[in-house]
Amino acid sequence: MKRAVVTLLVSLGLSILVAVSFSRTNPPTGRDWSLSLAFVICSWVAAWSASWVADLVLPKAQTRWIVPTIFGLGIIAAWEAYVRASAIPVVLLPSPSEIAAKFVAALPILKADFVQTILRAVIPGWLMGSGAGFLAALVCDRNDFLRRGLLPLGNLVAALPIVGVAPILVMWFGFDWPSKAAMVVVMTFFPMLINTLAGLNASGQMERDLMRGYGADWFTTLIKLRLPAAMPFIFNALKINSTLAMIGAIVAEFFGTPIVGMGFRMSTEVGRQNLDMVWAEIAVAAISGSFFYGCLSLAERKVTFWHPSYRR
Amino acid sequence: MPILTITFAIIVIWYLACIPMNAVLTTPKIANAGGGLANTLAYSWNEVRPVLPSPHQVAREIWNTVFAVAPWTIKSLVYHLWVTLSSTLVGFIMGGLLGILLAISIVHMTSLEKSLMPWVIASQTIPILAIAPMLIVVLGKTGLPDIFTKASISAYLCFFPVTIGMVKGLRSPDVMQQDLMRTYNASWTQTLWKLRLPASLPFLFTSLKVSVAIALTGAIVAELPTGAVAGIGARLLNGSYYGNTLQIWSALFVAAFAAAMMVWFLGELEKQSLKRMGAKP
Repeated sequence: MKRAVVTLLVSLGLSILVAVSFSRTNPPTGRDWSLSLAFVICSWVAAWSASWVADLVLPKAQTRWIVPTIFGLGIIAAWEAYVRASAIPVVLLPSPSEIAAKFVAALPILKADFVQTILRAVIPGWLMGSGAGFLAALVCDRNDFLRRGLLPLGNLVAALPIVGVAPILVMWFGFDWPSKAAMVVVMTFFPMLINTLAGLNASGQMERDLMRGYGADWFTTLIKLRLPAAMPFIFNALKINSTLAMIGAIVAEFFGTPIVGMGFRMSTEVGRQNLDMVWAEIAVAAISGSFFYGCLSLAERKVTFWHPSYRR
Repeated sequence: MPILTITFAIIVIWYLACIPMNAVLTTPKIANAGGGLANTLAYSWNEVRPVLPSPHQVAREIWNTVFAVAPWTIKSLVYHLWVTLSSTLVGFIMGGLLGILLAISIVHMTSLEKSLMPWVIASQTIPILAIAPMLIVVLGKTGLPDIFTKASISAYLCFFPVTIGMVKGLRSPDVMQQDLMRTYNASWTQTLWKLRLPASLPFLFTSLKVSVAIALTGAIVAELPTGAVAGIGARLLNGSYYGNTLQIWSALFVAAFAAAMMVWFLGELEKQSLKRMGAKP
């Protein structure tokens, strides 16, 4: 306890000291590397020790949400302080308050981009790719020859830089959202295939023998035993795919796009040096990505409530 | 044997797909030549700028750009691959070390786990690969060397699987073994060095194999905004600007080969090190 408080106070004091010495240097520059680094380290330690103190002080039930929140707020506060103290140019790093202001001001544009990229490309592509991967896994499960052929191939493809297919898909499906959705489908197919196959083999031999003892056919065994057992793997794939889908759609937009979409906006606004707009788009991506991920986690909790990792 | 069959089937399907895919370009030419199956195949499989190049065209293009030109010239794919691979490896090493350090500190400090772990996970829900080009432009303005900015993208992508895997791995020794270390009065560095690190090696290699693949992806994407100067990503972008599909496909295959080689190399390293630690083959 004592150590945590001392660390917090010392690091806070040090960061303030560095920030003050920043603003005193005349003219203030953001490119003083030693000072920048010192500030980053001090404020990071400050944010961390603040959450450390919170962890010790608060009752255990609350720490799960509050500790990381305090840490995140500390980082944002340090970011704001750093930008103000060092007078770093906006083209390098806008402050959180500037980004928030831009976010509110540019809401209609952000909404259009959100619809174009997330609703038209990411979600349909994610559904189609994951669905196709799931069905392919079921087919492979029925046909061992296909499984032994496709599984090594799937493992190989998983290691490949798939984003490279983006220019080809843009060429085939045109500039608008179908090519982005196709990119998402390509990116999400194999993770789903591999994970579902692994999941279908997760049920134990004993349990399968029991099902056989009941005289259950393949389909009944699948529904009652093997799919529930595979759910943790399937959700794992869905989570991996949710990030991959965002990446696929945005990267595909770099290779050709109509004049709307998150990837398009980011690349053009960087060219026009409107970094605050770029960061607003990043915020949209982060928020929708985390929201997506959070929904999946909730659904996973509901479906796989029996899994050891949720036991208390 | 199933692998060979599937690969063969894919190549056959690829050849067949060339016919309808290239129909836009080839139909008038085939009609001029008098139609017929032989003409259809000849034109569909040998278009100069095909929508879908046939496998032998891609193979010839790879041969021409890898073996037929000197490896240090700008026309050679070896040169571009080297540009990409060098930043991949730098980023991979940076990210791997960062991941291991983070995992070690997370395992030893509970408050760090509570505060940092959610953010480590949140950091990966941001599509970093998608915003990589912006980061490149911003980092480029700070005057750091080019390879370092590209490598930092790879490092950012790399560290996550390593951290997750290593936290699991460092925690994998069971309570009995940890108690034994305590009865030996081992300090935490000794416990780390003699028990936790060896126990985490299998986890480390699994994560490293994942990371090296995404490090390559990161390096390729990081090359997109730098104006297509050099590297696999530059080849892709150039090819898509000028409709040079052969160039895209050959760059893609060479990158795939490089990724497979790196994963294979790590796999061998894993086998060797586990063997020396006394694991059963």
